[in-house]
Amino acid sequence: MADATLTRGRLSGARGAARRGGRRRSVRDAENVAGWLFVAPALIIIGLFVLLPILMALWVSITAWNGQGSPFTSSVEVVGLENYTRLFTEPGLAREDFMTSLRNNIYYVITVVPLQTALALGLAMIVNARLLKGKTFFRTAFYFPSVTSSVAISVVFLFIFANTGVINQLLGMFGVQGPAWFSDSRGVLHLLLSGLGIADIDNPPAALTEGGPFGLSWWEWLSGPSVAMCSIIALVVWTTSGTFMLMFLAALQNVPVSLEEAAMLDGANRWQRFKNVTLPALRPTLFLVLTLGLIGTWQVFDQIYVMSQGNPAKTTLTPAYLSYRTAFRDFDYGSGAAISFVLFLIIVVFTLLQRLLLRERGGRS
Amino acid sequence: MTRKTTTALAAAAAACALLAAGCGSGFEDNTASTPQSSGPAKLQIMIGSSGEAETKAVQEAAEKWAQATGNSATVVPAQDMAQQLGQAFAGDSPPDVFYVEAGRFADYASVGALEPYASKISDPEGFYDSLRATFTYNGTYYCVPKDFSTLGLVINDELWKKAGLSESDVPTTWEELTSVSKKLKDAGITPLVIGDTRDRLGAFMKQAGGWIISQDGKQATADSQENLQALQYVQGLLKDGLAVYPSAVDAGWGGEAFGKGKAAMTIEGNWIKGAMKADYPDVKYSVHELPAGPAGKGTLSFTQCWGIAAKSKYKEQAISFVEAMTTVDQQMAFARAFGVMPSRKAAGEAYVKEFPEDAAFVKGAEYAQGPVNAPKMESVLADFDTSLQKLKDGDPKQILARLQENTQSALGG
Repeated sequence: MADATLTRGRLSGARGAARRGGRRRSVRDAENVAGWLFVAPALIIIGLFVLLPILMALWVSITAWNGQGSPFTSSVEVVGLENYTRLFTEPGLAREDFMTSLRNNIYYVITVVPLQTALALGLAMIVNARLLKGKTFFRTAFYFPSVTSSVAISVVFLFIFANTGVINQLLGMFGVQGPAWFSDSRGVLHLLLSGLGIADIDNPPAALTEGGPFGLSWWEWLSGPSVAMCSIIALVVWTTSGTFMLMFLAALQNVPVSLEEAAMLDGANRWQRFKNVTLPALRPTLFLVLTLGLIGTWQVFDQIYVMSQGNPAKTTLTPAYLSYRTAFRDFDYGSGAAISFVLFLIIVVFTLLQRLLLRERGGRS
Repeated sequence: MTRKTTTALAAAAAACALLAAGCGSGFEDNTASTPQSSGPAKLQIMIGSSGEAETKAVQEAAEKWAQATGNSATVVPAQDMAQQLGQAFAGDSPPDVFYVEAGRFADYASVGALEPYASKISDPEGFYDSLRATFTYNGTYYCVPKDFSTLGLVINDELWKKAGLSESDVPTTWEELTSVSKKLKDAGITPLVIGDTRDRLGAFMKQAGGWIISQDGKQATADSQENLQALQYVQGLLKDGLAVYPSAVDAGWGGEAFGKGKAAMTIEGNWIKGAMKADYPDVKYSVHELPAGPAGKGTLSFTQCWGIAAKSKYKEQAISFVEAMTTVDQQMAFARAFGVMPSRKAAGEAYVKEFPEDAAFVKGAEYAQGPVNAPKMESVLADFDTSLQKLKDGDPKQILARLQENTQSALGG
């Protein structure tokens, strides 16, 4: 019935269009209205709870709103891009804090993302092996950290990494004096350079300390993650690898066994099979895991909030936490919002970049 | 295709415009002055409670006030005071009465969130001068202090004796502090554990006669000779192993390290009493005034005031409530319930009589320095704390120069 009506409508519409061009539109309009009605609930919800808050935050980021009353009154001072320029071009504490947080987060991302991806893939390969006994147990065990509350795990890690905690006692058994993890602000790269005798950590080369981009010296940019940040990195790698393992596992189970057997017949060894058969088959999943990892690591907040609040010596300060602190502690909501938009842009750029790198060569993009 | 996209965009834009317009009309507020509402008040009181005991004591006191005056009062303990208040102010629905942390006071006062009611309270001069100065912004005394704490020198009696020291060895000057610390160190005891923030080390700046900002809160005075002297003295203690930061002895704060017997002395406020009672009941200790520096005695005070929202509809009742909360009797009741020190001078004597072991803390009120009370200083001071964490190997002159520069730009802008 409906079909018939539609067909008739279209036919008559076509004829009508030739003459007046009016009737066809009215039928199409009815369809459009019905369509819009159907998607209206979703649109309204997305608009109200996603789009509108983002636009409001964008507005706040170009004002000097101090958190008193509404930011949408005429009394709120509009400062244009000043909140953004202060982060990049004006020397001062705001820029220094922001750049420090960026540096910390960059080191955090380039450590966590490869580690968690490799670990997740490794775990997935292990629990996917046909010969493994007690598969269910291992799957549960590996996945467990991911379903536990990040706050609870953070608190447990505070104990594990305490000066006399498990880690340091373990190190002590091997005669290694563990660091005071959460109060050690020395950068790992600094320590490495110092250990290799290239640069002294207590007396860095003047060439590196004298200048540098965006108010931080080259020496500061080259610090690497601090010892305190390393314990947070360990925590995050451990908790997130479970979820990503699950994704790899699902993808691995979709790799046809026949493909691998064919490769075996061709005389490919284990590593060749992994490199040339399994890994290409996992490419879409790899992209997914890397993207999710990238987004998650750039937005790291709760572990920082619970464990270190940016201490020691600002080496665990991240843009997400800095944005929160600037807005809710300093009442500088404009700058806080601006930081979060810069963070948003960074994530978009990195995701696009990674998409470009991982795209299948020669095939469909 | 293009037509559809255009329609969709137009629809989305229209929806946004509608929503924004709808909200916008509600957003325009009458900021001039919120008028007093008539009839019995329903007061909302938000407190940053130290625990169950405080919540209960304030609730009981509020209940008593409500019954006596025929109003109603709801006391809400906040989880995260700064954030909840921030949201309430942004949402135009602040609680009528709330605790204001001294360090945050200027932020609130500078944006006009607080009602300057202090002069309407009876005997407004009866509070300690140093506390009143803390809650004065641009020459206006805004709100009355609820209670306060000061820093004192806390000594572990047992370790003290073990090092062969007696009551008369309690240091009263920097020189004595150094010499007594050396004796403790020779006896194999860590002499002093001290928190690595301005809230502890700042006391030395005060003793040397310096401070981060000028008395009127308008000038940065961080890079003064006095401050340099103070930091150099502390750095000397740290370098010689006469003082350590809590993190170095695996403790979260001075009180924890002290309670575990890891050091013979610490510099903390009267909150250490509660911690010692709860966690380390067997440790015997005594509290003394901080040793005096080149410019005499100095300590830091920490306090909160009873803030009244400028947007409250029931200001008269709110003032009457604060009046009831700050009488001498009520302050003593609070002191007994959760161990705070009364902010009224008149209650000081009664307090010392009842809690003689706190005499040193109360004496500190006479010469204490309150927290920095200028707006926008939080991140500057956090940065200073970061430098202080590295004081042992740092350059005090550079640290202060950096603080000076940051403070100037915060005060200027």
